[in-house]
Amino acid sequence: MDVAPNWYLALSAVLFTIGTFGVLFRRNAIVVLMSVELMLNAVNLTLVTFSQSMGDPSGQLLVFFSIAVAAAEAAVGLAIVIAIFRSKVTVDITEINLFKH
Amino acid sequence: MFGDFVPLFLMIALALGLALTLLAAAAYIGPSRPSETKTMPYESGMDPVGSAHERYSVKFYLVAMIFIVFDVEVVFMWPWAASFHSFVESGAGLGVIAVLSLFTFILLVGLLYDVKKGGLDFEQ
Amino acid sequence: MDLSTAFPTLVTDLPAAFSMSVVGLVGLAMIVLDAFRNDHPAIPWLGVAALGVSAAWEATHLGAPQSTVFFETLRTGGFVAFINLIILLTGLATILLSVPYLNQLRYDYGEVYALIMFSTVGMIMLGSANNMVSIFLGLETMSVCLYVLTGFIREDEGAVESALKYFLLGAFSTGFFLYGIALMYGATGTMALPAMAAAELGTLSTRLLFWGGFALFLVGFFFKVSAAPFHMWTPDVYQGAPTPLTGYMSTATKAAAFAALILVLVHAVPGGEWQLSVAAVAVLTMVIGNVMALAQTNVKRLLAYSSIAHAGYVLVGLSAGTSAGYAGALFYLLVYAVMNIGAFGVMSMLEWDGKEGREQTLSSLAGIANDRPVLGSTMGIFMLSLIGFPPLGGFAGKYFVFAPAVDAGLTWLVVIGVLMSALSAYYYLRVVYVFWMQSADDVEATDPVRAAAFPRATVAATGTLVVCAVALVVLGVFFGGVLETTLGFFESTAMATAP
Repeated sequence: MDVAPNWYLALSAVLFTIGTFGVLFRRNAIVVLMSVELMLNAVNLTLVTFSQSMGDPSGQLLVFFSIAVAAAEAAVGLAIVIAIFRSKVTVDITEINLFKH
Repeated sequence: MFGDFVPLFLMIALALGLALTLLAAAAYIGPSRPSETKTMPYESGMDPVGSAHERYSVKFYLVAMIFIVFDVEVVFMWPWAASFHSFVESGAGLGVIAVLSLFTFILLVGLLYDVKKGGLDFEQ
Repeated sequence: MDLSTAFPTLVTDLPAAFSMSVVGLVGLAMIVLDAFRNDHPAIPWLGVAALGVSAAWEATHLGAPQSTVFFETLRTGGFVAFINLIILLTGLATILLSVPYLNQLRYDYGEVYALIMFSTVGMIMLGSANNMVSIFLGLETMSVCLYVLTGFIREDEGAVESALKYFLLGAFSTGFFLYGIALMYGATGTMALPAMAAAELGTLSTRLLFWGGFALFLVGFFFKVSAAPFHMWTPDVYQGAPTPLTGYMSTATKAAAFAALILVLVHAVPGGEWQLSVAAVAVLTMVIGNVMALAQTNVKRLLAYSSIAHAGYVLVGLSAGTSAGYAGALFYLLVYAVMNIGAFGVMSMLEWDGKEGREQTLSSLAGIANDRPVLGSTMGIFMLSLIGFPPLGGFAGKYFVFAPAVDAGLTWLVVIGVLMSALSAYYYLRVVYVFWMQSADDVEATDPVRAAAFPRATVAATGTLVVCAVALVVLGVFFGGVLETTLGFFESTAMATAP
């Protein structure tokens, strides 16, 4: 059974949108982090789809790097969130506003 | 084109329907007389002590983060392994091993740093 | 690709990655040294040596012909050497300025210097990219290191908070950036920049895919160079981050990101259809940066808005879309790097650990130039150059980004630019005024022991500031040679029609 590439592209667009709204409207820093990861993985799906349908490997090459970068970002992001939690005992991003004037 | 999967979808629909019906029936028909003893996690076991939402040690996060990073590096070894044979056949076997050795060396430096700084030290 | 020639090609191309390899390997060596001898004082000097050697190497390659290496993923030649020179020298100055600052805060971690090195590697890759994969990899290597560098002072709530903001917004923009690359890839079927320009965009849907992708891609870039309306993170992050590293963030990052943007505009979308959108972003950036800077009382925050405004000036040069515009933008990036690293360097020498965190308000520094005349006079030169006062480098820089825009018919854009830089004179001169003309008695509640708590100025750090100030004067008077060099990068046919 073959599914047309358009369906994959549509799915990844939907996932990307969900991720974007997650970043914009969620208040928990960890959930925002998860939404960002969702966005990156949605793009990975797009890249793999294009790569497969055009028979060109460079899209999948970028996916390898993007997966590694997402892992590094997750590690750094969690470390920063833990540092925030230690001093503020909250991960609600609306309460992290030391510079608001 | 979805024809091959019709039995599967039927099966899923049936299973879901049955489960939901039974749950709904139990909720509506069955008698409901909750008491403190009955709602405990282990009805005839020990009384639970403390909260179920205990905080994990930060050490746990540290190990998890290190795991993610090192774990994901395998994505670079997979395509390397997959194309290894075609490189060997074209006479570039030593070169391709040299490239992965450099990659592994960089990872090892990270691991060395981690061990020396006590990132994997559970005793602390 | 013929696999049997792959490794001979790799080996012959290695000299092209000289700076990247030296800086990266020395960064690893610093990590190993730090693992065995925690925070060894030799670590920053290892970095200084590596960056110095690499900068010397790049300086000898300024006239090199342009070509591509590593299977057309990276570029070499004069353009790349010029950008690498800016990045490496900025990194060098950052390390020299960080040593006394971090010693004072007792945060002289060896890892900080290693992270500066790794971030530099990312910037070099970004500035020499010929392929979307290299751009993404360079950008992320740079950014992830910078997230950590922003927040490594864990006891300072402001630093950690700005790290979180930088990280969340940075990762968010990475998503858009990557999606943009994916759509452009889908429309053209290639990741290589020159091949993108050559690709046929036949149907309407393919064109939509490409330009939609390019718009998302630009959003990611505008975020990294803090152009309005994607600048929201800049003031908070610049204020919270450790001061010498803020200087690094605001100069080297911009040089590398703008270099990659120029490469994309020249090679991947040479048509110039983007001209008006870039001009619009330039206007917004200049206006928001300069107007918001007027009201700031914190010097670091003021410099953050000023750096937004200067990104706008560079965008004016880019929106001209001509060789002269790109060359002017490159020259401006050099001048901007020198004056901004200097300004943040002075501020890092005038900072102390007060009860309320790291103190940086303008009024608390009243009359400081009388106590520290060297810092006061270098700061004066940096401020005058940021205004664009002749005969300093800032004036020549502004002239060479504005003039090509006029030639390209964007006179209205240049009029706004000139008006905005006239406005900027107010807040820059206010800094000079407070430094020199006021005294500590004029303002209420200054810390009487402030001088004792400043980082002890080392010879290397003061020397860096003096060299920056002298370089600005030299660039302002003898700009001809540098500008001719940068023009040469775009005149040569090799740049336009590289494989």
